[in-house]
Amino acid sequence: MANRFLKGRAFKFGDNISTDLIIPGRFSHLRSNLPELAKHVLEDADPGFAAGVKRGDFIVAGRNFGLGSSREHAPLVIKMSGVSAVLTKSAARIFFRNAINQGLPVLICDTDKIDDGDELELDLTSGTITDLTSGVQLTSGKMPKVMLSILGEGGLIPYIKKYKDFRL
Amino acid sequence: MGKTLAEKILGDKSKTKVRAGDIVIAKVDLTFVQDTTGPLTIRQFKESGFQTPANPEKAIIFLDHAAPSPSQELSNDHLFLRRFAKESGCLFSEIGSGICHQLVAEAFASPGDIIIGSDSHTTTAGALGAFATGMGSSDVAIALALGKTWLRVPESIKVKLSGSLPKGVCAKDLIVYLIGKIGADGATYKALEFTGEAAAKLTMSQRLTITNMAVEAGAKVGLFPSDEITQSYLKAQGRGDKYKPLHPDADAKYENAISINLSQLEPMVSMPHAVDNAATVQGVKGTKVQQVFIGTCTNGRLEDLATAASILDGKKTHPDTRLIVAPASRQVLLAAIKANYIQSLIAAGAAIMPPGCAACLGLHQGVLGDGEVCLSTANRNFKGRMGNPEASIYLASPATAAATAVTGEITDPREAM
Repeated sequence: MANRFLKGRAFKFGDNISTDLIIPGRFSHLRSNLPELAKHVLEDADPGFAAGVKRGDFIVAGRNFGLGSSREHAPLVIKMSGVSAVLTKSAARIFFRNAINQGLPVLICDTDKIDDGDELELDLTSGTITDLTSGVQLTSGKMPKVMLSILGEGGLIPYIKKYKDFRL
Repeated sequence: MGKTLAEKILGDKSKTKVRAGDIVIAKVDLTFVQDTTGPLTIRQFKESGFQTPANPEKAIIFLDHAAPSPSQELSNDHLFLRRFAKESGCLFSEIGSGICHQLVAEAFASPGDIIIGSDSHTTTAGALGAFATGMGSSDVAIALALGKTWLRVPESIKVKLSGSLPKGVCAKDLIVYLIGKIGADGATYKALEFTGEAAAKLTMSQRLTITNMAVEAGAKVGLFPSDEITQSYLKAQGRGDKYKPLHPDADAKYENAISINLSQLEPMVSMPHAVDNAATVQGVKGTKVQQVFIGTCTNGRLEDLATAASILDGKKTHPDTRLIVAPASRQVLLAAIKANYIQSLIAAGAAIMPPGCAACLGLHQGVLGDGEVCLSTANRNFKGRMGNPEASIYLASPATAAATAVTGEITDPREAM
């Protein structure tokens, strides 16, 4: 993995942040113009997000983050916005797989313990999350080996380019 | 120990003995993309260094989401997909043919298949006993390239159906009720397997409505056994040779079981802005509605149009309410014309859209205005879904939709029949 340790601020969101909130269908005409599309990331959930987020920051959400559509543009524009990882109580299935395929770590943990704006440090190898503001330490759930390897290569496309096939 | 439907199909396709929780690599019988997820998929396919799909004859490119295209940018995406279909030899479905999930059910999905689509409602084909699931562009690009994918064998939840749907109560009411009961993440990563004497009697059209929305409870797949209903549907589609019976074992291990007596159900809605925000129509009746939309991969089939036409025949839509109808496929539209459903709907005031996704995802053909309320037969009512975050969407059955179009306010279809 390129960066074992990640550091940044928490941007808190609630439960059930859908792919329509992450990147609404009304911007479908921008799907082949990703830099333009990325300007609208999470606009309907937090209009100030795209302008406020800095490289390395974290999305910290409640339950079922990313429910809805299979649009991989959702994790893609989150990553393009500078977000280095998503921390959530649970993630919708397709979003979770898409995020890993885009090399965007999704860590499942008890996000109630993190406040908006807290400084966080993540150790991706051990899955440990340290809230530097409050001093709280959290551990994330484990993901299947195949997903860890895909994440380790920076996503599914680089993984397949390297190995030419799936390796279980 | 017996096997669930999910374990049976994935075991067969991966040629291994599998149990829930295992990770398998399985051959894919059908891979497809649509026009909003397809361009990224194809770019990733090319970026991975592949020139030709492993099985172009088992890969389809559908133009259905923005069909016909409402903008220059989307027209260029369509051009890109048409060109790729030509150069790769993939099958191609032009605008006006219909919604990917409906066309997959009509012409491609068979019991025991593994189907991967870059659209979350790929679960629809589970009505035919196919392990059909939505994935993103990277996964579909690699399935296209290698002809296989990796899958975690899901735990299964058994949904046991008894009784029969009362008059005016539809399959949509059943699935909205179920999602309301278990929640939008009640089946995340899991298979929903429908069974019981009432499941065996549901028509293919009803089954497709139910499996279509399995993903709205987070499920990876929604599965019906392959039985006599499946056999007669495949025969009617000229694919009788594709039939094979497929049932879970009597001693299969389920994570959980839910029993629903259909006779006790009543018309339901999903209230704004979540599918699991379920309520009875009685609980919200009288809510003013400016747009009614009947169609989509959930409820755009012939039976749905028949239901709507039977309520709207000889009546007029309310002056403050517009009605948009989009048949799910060309086959559905032709049959609906022949049966005079389209004539009844047009005479009642409906605007008929070409077969496709139409107003469902906020791209065209029925974008809502600020503060407007839409009652739709689609599968999602998230904020912003129909193109405007300042609008509200109620999801309901075609019967409730038709009754509501007449009165201009949410109406119990049992009072209109």
